Amino acid sequence: MERRKFIKVGALGYGGIIAGKSLLAKLMTSAQIKKLASTFSGDERMVRVGCPSHNCGGRCLLKVYVKEGVITRIETDDRPGDDISDPQLRACIRGRGYRPRQNHADRLKYPMKRVGKRGEGNFERISWDEATDLMAKNINRIKEKYGNEALYIPYGTGGYNQTCGKWPADRLLNLYGGALGYYNSYSWACINLATPTVYGTRVTGNQRQDWLNCKYILMWGWNPAELRDGTNTEYFLRKARENGAKLVCIDPRMTMSAVSLADEWIPIRPGTDMAMMSAMVYVLITEDLLDKHFIAKYCIGFDETQMPEGFEKEESYKEYILGIRDHHPKTPEWAEEITGIPKETITRIAREYANTKPAMLYQGYGMQRRAYGEQVVRGGCVLAAITANVGISGGWASGIALQADDGGPFWNVFPTLKNPVKAKIPCFLWSEAVIRGKGMGAEDGVTGVDRLSTDIKMIWAVASNAIINQHGNINRSIEIIKDESKVEFFVVQDNFLTATAQFADLLLPACTQFETWGMEDGWKYGDELILQPQILETPWETKSDYAICAAIAEKLGIEEEYTQGRDEKQWIEHLIGVYKSSRFPDIPTLAEMEESNVGVYSLPVTEPKVAFVDFRKDPEKYPLQTESGKIEIFSKQLFEKNNPAEIPAVPKYIQEWESPFGAETEKFPLQVIGPHYMPRVHSTHDNNNWLSEAFPQRIFINEIDAKTRKVKDGDLVKVYNDRGAVILPCRITRRIMPGVISIPQGAWWKPDKDGNDLGGSINTLTSERWTPMAFGNAQHTIMAEAIKFKA
Amino acid sequence: MERLAFYFDSRNCSGCKTCQVACKDKNDLAIGTLWRRVYEVSGGDWEQKGNAWLPHIYAYNISLSCNHCEEPICMKNCPSSAIKKREDGIVTIDQSICLGCKYCSWVCPYGAPQFNEEKGVMGKCDLCIDYVDQGKNPSCVDACPTRSLDFGEYSELVEKYGEKEHIYPLPNPEITRPSLVINPHKDADMDKKMNPEVVNMEEVKHA
Repeated sequence: MERRKFIKVGALGYGGIIAGKSLLAKLMTSAQIKKLASTFSGDERMVRVGCPSHNCGGRCLLKVYVKEGVITRIETDDRPGDDISDPQLRACIRGRGYRPRQNHADRLKYPMKRVGKRGEGNFERISWDEATDLMAKNINRIKEKYGNEALYIPYGTGGYNQTCGKWPADRLLNLYGGALGYYNSYSWACINLATPTVYGTRVTGNQRQDWLNCKYILMWGWNPAELRDGTNTEYFLRKARENGAKLVCIDPRMTMSAVSLADEWIPIRPGTDMAMMSAMVYVLITEDLLDKHFIAKYCIGFDETQMPEGFEKEESYKEYILGIRDHHPKTPEWAEEITGIPKETITRIAREYANTKPAMLYQGYGMQRRAYGEQVVRGGCVLAAITANVGISGGWASGIALQADDGGPFWNVFPTLKNPVKAKIPCFLWSEAVIRGKGMGAEDGVTGVDRLSTDIKMIWAVASNAIINQHGNINRSIEIIKDESKVEFFVVQDNFLTATAQFADLLLPACTQFETWGMEDGWKYGDELILQPQILETPWETKSDYAICAAIAEKLGIEEEYTQGRDEKQWIEHLIGVYKSSRFPDIPTLAEMEESNVGVYSLPVTEPKVAFVDFRKDPEKYPLQTESGKIEIFSKQLFEKNNPAEIPAVPKYIQEWESPFGAETEKFPLQVIGPHYMPRVHSTHDNNNWLSEAFPQRIFINEIDAKTRKVKDGDLVKVYNDRGAVILPCRITRRIMPGVISIPQGAWWKPDKDGNDLGGSINTLTSERWTPMAFGNAQHTIMAEAIKFKA
Repeated sequence: MERLAFYFDSRNCSGCKTCQVACKDKNDLAIGTLWRRVYEVSGGDWEQKGNAWLPHIYAYNISLSCNHCEEPICMKNCPSSAIKKREDGIVTIDQSICLGCKYCSWVCPYGAPQFNEEKGVMGKCDLCIDYVDQGKNPSCVDACPTRSLDFGEYSELVEKYGEKEHIYPLPNPEITRPSLVINPHKDADMDKKMNPEVVNMEEVKHA
């Protein structure tokens, strides 16, 4: 996910929000505060601390009990008054089950350097002095030989609070001439770039309390109960349903959200969401269920009467839907063949969505991590617009839906500073920049410069398993990384010897988030700040990410500039001051927060903000930030990319490059999806035995597909395609559409002697191919075959 | 004194197992021991109609621990009288007396008592008796992210949530009179449903 710099600092309006004036916005009594602050007597103490940030969608509060330097128990938020304006930030299984990860025998304990060939996995212990010398020497050598553009800190979210993970490393290199930058993320590349093509902004979401005003919620490829797309999102949806909303879940799997939140589940073939959306629009047009007044006043490009000047002859959206030019009307019958959803169901859902006002179409991110992921983002936005669900309470504009009206949580207050290197690549194209970086330009998504001046020569992966385990096509990535003439120096800084770390030249042992100071705010939604006090000693020879970078800064001769004389805790004190001068004017001091042991500062939301209210009121006075000032169903900007087959100017269904409809099905008839899995945050926690006991890594296969392959529940199954093979026990389930199998993403790659992955990383099967417009990952677009495995 | 009980709302349970792990953490349970566990139930069949698929299927979850039954069959069958019931209904195992004979685990229809390999004795949910005595809720109840668990006096829970119902795969409540109030999932109506089965057996099996 992209970390945004907050732009509107100092210009925040809190109209509509009752800002908490006291430390506890829940208006607790002093006696209640005292009760919260009390710790257990004797040698056990309790500290409230933010759940370690690993880029799940939640930011939760833990009560951690510590005895003799060891965590003995973990509970969660127990603030009184658990109501909808400011619900308790209850941790899920990943936070409550943190002890096995924290106390794991396999923690990286000392700096180590590679012995033997890269990737053989042999290391020897070295001192921090030698480790930081190696860092400084290699940074200097590569900088001199190739320039700063050859240095790269890749995408990675294993440590993801305000001060840990890659941010301290970014700061260090930015003070030392910079490094090749990136944009995009592995989470939401398409939705991040396609949403503004419609709305001119990413702030398209109402605050979640407003969901209680909604009457119909389409959860499209969205599974917040498992992801936690914002702490309490599933709780808000439950409340909306209790308030009378109907919830419908459209997903290839009958997800945890479908079971616990939805009134109805509609299975859909992966990658065909745009066919269903297009057919819904067909129903709206032919049954006259559109809001014509809204379309005329607020949109452009819907039909031939409202095409932008100079584009009058181009295909309008309505023409596409009715098949005027391509002679393929996007009827429900047409969509049934593609989606696997009966035409009657498609028609009914279209009518329900159009007739039940206000309604919400929430787009999950999985369907935009696909071949033409940009289309479905634009398609969802257009459905919201033509039914006039934009700019109203209870409605929902779709798109990436950052929280109104300021974009939501800050996400990044630690000063990583300006990168003196202007060149940026889309993060999913890092391997391209390794093998053919020099000369790469706009056609590969490079921004900031015309052409890259060099290949990537040094990778410093901080809290990142996205080089091997989480990147598309593991077997390809390995060949690239193993070549020591390409990446000349590969450093991994982490808690464990991950699949990525096994290939490192130098291993830097980072401490966990319980072992240093930190701070986190909401992830995508929420108005709170959670403190992460250091509650354990930093063990063995581990260091915080910040301390590691400070030690390297010393070797580079920039320690003072780097640290500003601050240790980790002093940075937190400083950053609370940054919040105080911007988003949270009434936030207490660090000393007050420590004293109270409340752990969290939160603002209740009693009058939730709604996106696009002003635009809805007066589009002339408050135009959108699009070129036309209106909702752009036809995008001039996309038209000018001059690639109508892959980047059409109006949102279209495009058959994916691997699909159930191509010749590839002869060899590989099954679609494979890699959803987020309850026991992990991406690849974090894969080595946690409490969590894998609860949710073992399995190949999930429908009973019909299992039967034709003579596979029984629990059998070892081999799933393979031209890129690799995974072997795992299977779970036969009714809860997935026939023709689709699921291998939850994030399991650690563990090859056997033949190269089969026994750990079950989905990326053994995925592709490195990127999407046409956003240059985003399309890792869910894969076909494979499954057979019973016989050793 | 009124007996204490759990309430479980199957309608909103996502099956996230936070309760299971909160219990594991509170009680330091070994791998293979699950004093609270979550059963995934599903049933029904798929129908193919042309190129379309119709899912006549359903699924729901049951989070279950010891139900501190009014008539604890485990207690009746314990040869060493290690199992006791407090005035408030909490059924406990005195591990200093327990012989580890496992009779209780054979007779309990809920799979609540589980053998502790390390100590050679039985263990099970004690309703977080230490928390209850401090006026707090059991750990699992306050853990639930969907707020699907509650705790209190049985009659109060019945008043608040309604009478318990017979829900698959739980046994007839008349056998042991469990102190458990359940709100069934919309798809847990036993009369209308085809072939319900527990489909995550490997996740709920225990020592």
